Amino acid sequence: MDFSILIQLTYLVAISFFIVGVKRLGSPATARKGNQYAALGMLIGVAVTLLDRNILTFDWIIAGIVVGSLVGGVAARKVEMTSMPELVALFNGFGGAASALVAWGELSRVSAVGLDIFSLVTISLSVLIGAVTFTGSFIAFGKLQGFITGKPITFPGQNLFNIALIIGLLGLSGYFAVVPEDPTLFWIVMGVSLLLGILMVIPIGGADMPVVISLLNSLSGIAASFAGFVLGNQLLIVSGALVGAAGLILTNIMCKAMNRTLTNVIFGAFGGDQGGAAAGSGAIGDLTIRETSAEDAAVQCAYASKVVIVPGYGLAVAQAQHVVKEVAAILEKKGVQVKYGIHPVAGRMPGHMNVLLAEADVPYDQLYDMDQINPEFPSTDVVLIIGANDVVNPAAKTNPASPIYGMPVLNVEEAKRTIVFKRSMSPGFAGIDNELFYLENNQMFFGDAKQSLQALAGALKDLD
Amino acid sequence: MDPILIQQLIFNLFLFVLASFVGFELISKVPPTLHTPLMSGANAISGVTLVGALLIAGADSGETGGMVTKLIGLIAIIFATINVVGGFLVTDRMLEMFKKKGS
Repeated sequence: MDFSILIQLTYLVAISFFIVGVKRLGSPATARKGNQYAALGMLIGVAVTLLDRNILTFDWIIAGIVVGSLVGGVAARKVEMTSMPELVALFNGFGGAASALVAWGELSRVSAVGLDIFSLVTISLSVLIGAVTFTGSFIAFGKLQGFITGKPITFPGQNLFNIALIIGLLGLSGYFAVVPEDPTLFWIVMGVSLLLGILMVIPIGGADMPVVISLLNSLSGIAASFAGFVLGNQLLIVSGALVGAAGLILTNIMCKAMNRTLTNVIFGAFGGDQGGAAAGSGAIGDLTIRETSAEDAAVQCAYASKVVIVPGYGLAVAQAQHVVKEVAAILEKKGVQVKYGIHPVAGRMPGHMNVLLAEADVPYDQLYDMDQINPEFPSTDVVLIIGANDVVNPAAKTNPASPIYGMPVLNVEEAKRTIVFKRSMSPGFAGIDNELFYLENNQMFFGDAKQSLQALAGALKDLD
Repeated sequence: MDPILIQQLIFNLFLFVLASFVGFELISKVPPTLHTPLMSGANAISGVTLVGALLIAGADSGETGGMVTKLIGLIAIIFATINVVGGFLVTDRMLEMFKKKGS
């Protein structure tokens, strides 16, 4: 019996669930429901596909789904919230690889000579985008995890080489469609695409990871959509395009938050730049810094009327989100107003800090975006900057020689007092010296963020 | 090229473009607080390629190259399922933690 009409109509239902789901993901109150709707849409789409008359055997399907569910399920349960960027990069890589494999599988199923030119071109393009997503995501994962250096890895002529690779790949894909008899062309397309994914991500500095993760997310959607073109499957085409567009929007938001263009992120080899660091330190000279202690910081916070906490990646590394919440709770008990000011690119992926603070039970209406919190700094008594660096660097506004000049930052220096929690004076992920540290109203609290905050919490309790 | 194929292609291109616009509209107003769950949720949806993987792995293994096709399909199913199951579960885990003050 042919269920194709039933399948098509059910796909329409699945797509509707995806769209409503993504829509609901847009508001904190409905987000959880939204994600469940999307998951339900996926379940419906997958289940009805099993009725397809081209599916003749189920043993391998069941095996694959069981193994995949176990791996994915365990990873999702075990992961620390601090490692969320790594996990998303990894899942993303698997998604991209799956799309490339689907295109390759279709080529293997029908055989190249049986396919028309258009199908062959889409197969090559799916493999290209899927493979780039796959290796690119794994390099991003390595950089986030730290087994590949976060600094840009560059070689002379790298950008030209990458552009040549892209043009060559497109040319080869076209050529393969004309002479499908030669399978070596297909292998070359696949191999070079895998290489391209590596080469495109290694020159990108760690500070730009939020952009890279968003972009790879977008690519994995486009890869799924192209796989849909290969199979003539509308569910894949529509949902892949949805995800592709969503990823592009996030990529754009991240770029704007750093005052960079996407081209500059991909080809700029930014972050850890030696020249930039030298320019920064030259402007500062040998100014002095002021150190503070837990007791001193506790007194200043306890007698403040408004304290703003600015978290950064250092908070995640030190796993200090719960202690931050504890400090905030003590202050609130003393009648101090506590707010969190979060820069859009704080952390290693968009919204990373919000997830960590949510994990520590900080209500989301206490978290403020850059645009909301910036007007509040002049009326703030103490700003606690925990593991954040580049996003509070005034050089972005004042020093045209600084590599981050023009990037919107949190105007923490407008507050009466800033206290920076930092391990040492080493520069941030972008490798740039921070002028804030040397300002009159700034104090440095050196040490591991978690231990420092525990000391602060202890000192606050002793004040009673 | 077959005119029916061309028609089908144009129809699919329409879907692609329109769906992209829907995606742009849906996402452009999402608050930064939700960017991480949004991204991991969207990521899970991109695992929809699983549907394609099912069609490859379920093919008849009797044909020439059938085993290779099925093997490719099996790996594709495993990868896509990791993406889908892991993605939706971890997004749910994150969103469970998002609470309003007092609730």
